[in-house]
Amino acid sequence: MPNHKLARGVALVGAGMSKFGAFKGKTSRDLFVEAYVEMLESVDLGINPKEIEALYVGNYSCDLFEGQGHIAPIMASWTGLNPLPAVRVEDACASAGLALREGILAIASGMYDVVVVSGVEKMTDLPTEKVTDTLATAADVQYEIPAGFTFPGFYAAMATAYMHAYGATPETFMRVGIKNHQNGSMNEKAQFGATISSMMEGRKASAAKKGLPIPEWKDEMDFLHDDRANPIIAWPMRLYDCSPISDGAAVVLLVSEDLASKYSRNPIYITGTGQASDGALHDRQILTSIPSARLAANQAYQMAGITPADIDFAEVHDCFTIAEIIATEDLGFFEPGKGWIAAEQGDTSRIGPKPINLSGGLKSKGHPVGASGVGQVVEVWKQLRGQAGERQVPGKLRYGLTHNVGGTGQTCLVHIFERRD
Amino acid sequence: MEIPRHWRLKKQRYALVGEVCPHCDARLFPPRDVCPECGGEAKQPYTFSGRGEVYSFTIMHDAPTGYDEQAPYTVALVKLVEGPVITAQLTDLGEQPVEIGMPVEMVTRKIRQDGDASGLLVYGYKFRPVMPGVAR
Repeated sequence: MPNHKLARGVALVGAGMSKFGAFKGKTSRDLFVEAYVEMLESVDLGINPKEIEALYVGNYSCDLFEGQGHIAPIMASWTGLNPLPAVRVEDACASAGLALREGILAIASGMYDVVVVSGVEKMTDLPTEKVTDTLATAADVQYEIPAGFTFPGFYAAMATAYMHAYGATPETFMRVGIKNHQNGSMNEKAQFGATISSMMEGRKASAAKKGLPIPEWKDEMDFLHDDRANPIIAWPMRLYDCSPISDGAAVVLLVSEDLASKYSRNPIYITGTGQASDGALHDRQILTSIPSARLAANQAYQMAGITPADIDFAEVHDCFTIAEIIATEDLGFFEPGKGWIAAEQGDTSRIGPKPINLSGGLKSKGHPVGASGVGQVVEVWKQLRGQAGERQVPGKLRYGLTHNVGGTGQTCLVHIFERRD
Repeated sequence: MEIPRHWRLKKQRYALVGEVCPHCDARLFPPRDVCPECGGEAKQPYTFSGRGEVYSFTIMHDAPTGYDEQAPYTVALVKLVEGPVITAQLTDLGEQPVEIGMPVEMVTRKIRQDGDASGLLVYGYKFRPVMPGVAR
């Protein structure tokens, strides 16, 4: 696959997000405005909104989730950005990563100097089974879904193949969930701002309060093995292996590299972008890797002129715990079949050599599907600028990476971010 | 699923009819008229034997709409002896544990029911374990 350099550099000078969670009283517009306002406030030297030239919105399916189509001009209208060009893009759960890439390409082409890139999704208006059906339309509804598969099912089949090939166990996946909830407990924007052990203690306390028998879980692993506390969704994936159903929005501001210092004291440069597509899961030669992720990562590394070893930390698409392990291999952090060992050893923890999903990931932060890709960028922005508070990775950081997957890998986008000083 | 869509796909669903590429001899399922291997036109029908092995699988406990009554059930990616991998439900398993590599064969079964008891019944392929010692 040919790879090209950007015709000119692109910098990130602002980033904001709504809290992710389940918000009964809020629509996608409310969440979008929340994220947009925070983005404006995050610009060090300020921005006059009149300087913005275009809006890119990643969104999977406001159409089915809220019964609202044609949302890009509506988001522009709610933020005072009309009559600017407002563009909605969709590649399932990679919609926001795609919006980011389209924004980058628009600036690199010379067409615009200042663009807003965003993602938004409002999923919780529908009952769970309707959400599952809506998400299922991101798979092949003629040849995959009629078998009775769901997305947890597809990733579970990848997990089965991975366990068979390399010896990982369901406990491996549980440890990924524990780690991500640990990180998310330090993120005030996360849907689950709690560790699994504190959720377990909460369940015990609630049973005691109601006068019910108090469950005797020894520790987090014991809790996660309990079929009642952590039911099997699609073996070997249990409830706590799955990212939640979420509402949320994330918004970032991109400018051409030569304008970066006009807006920011500490701009972050986007030096690599990669994207690839693929057929359905059954069209692939391998189930223990996502080929489009490998291709997208290689393009991004090549463009940035760096290797996986240079990456200080990454936000990866952990829609299911198995997906994080596969991602760390596809991104070249660990050899094929070794990602699960690294996860068990704590190499991907906040204080490990390759911190993964410092925000809590999709698992704990939440997964408003069309917003997640830009949500990841917000975390990279904070970490690289030393603004991540309690969950800040210690030491000097230079390179961060985002990995955003659509479906089971029919789409993947990888971006590389650099701090220069 | 609407009746016209089901009707359009019935040949593939009942008889596992795909295509063979006249240029590179690749066997294709699902049929798509263009060979994903070589990019050439591939419209020649090809009926698969229906024999293969479990490539990977999962047991669905949390079933989607229309499948609730069957849960828990096993769904799989089945690698056909001719090459392609196909997404399908496993059936007639009895007490037999499913394993990767297990030999299976195609059968036609009820796939799902739309809506209530009077809803459209959709039939199609599922795969069952190959009985040991049965000549074929």
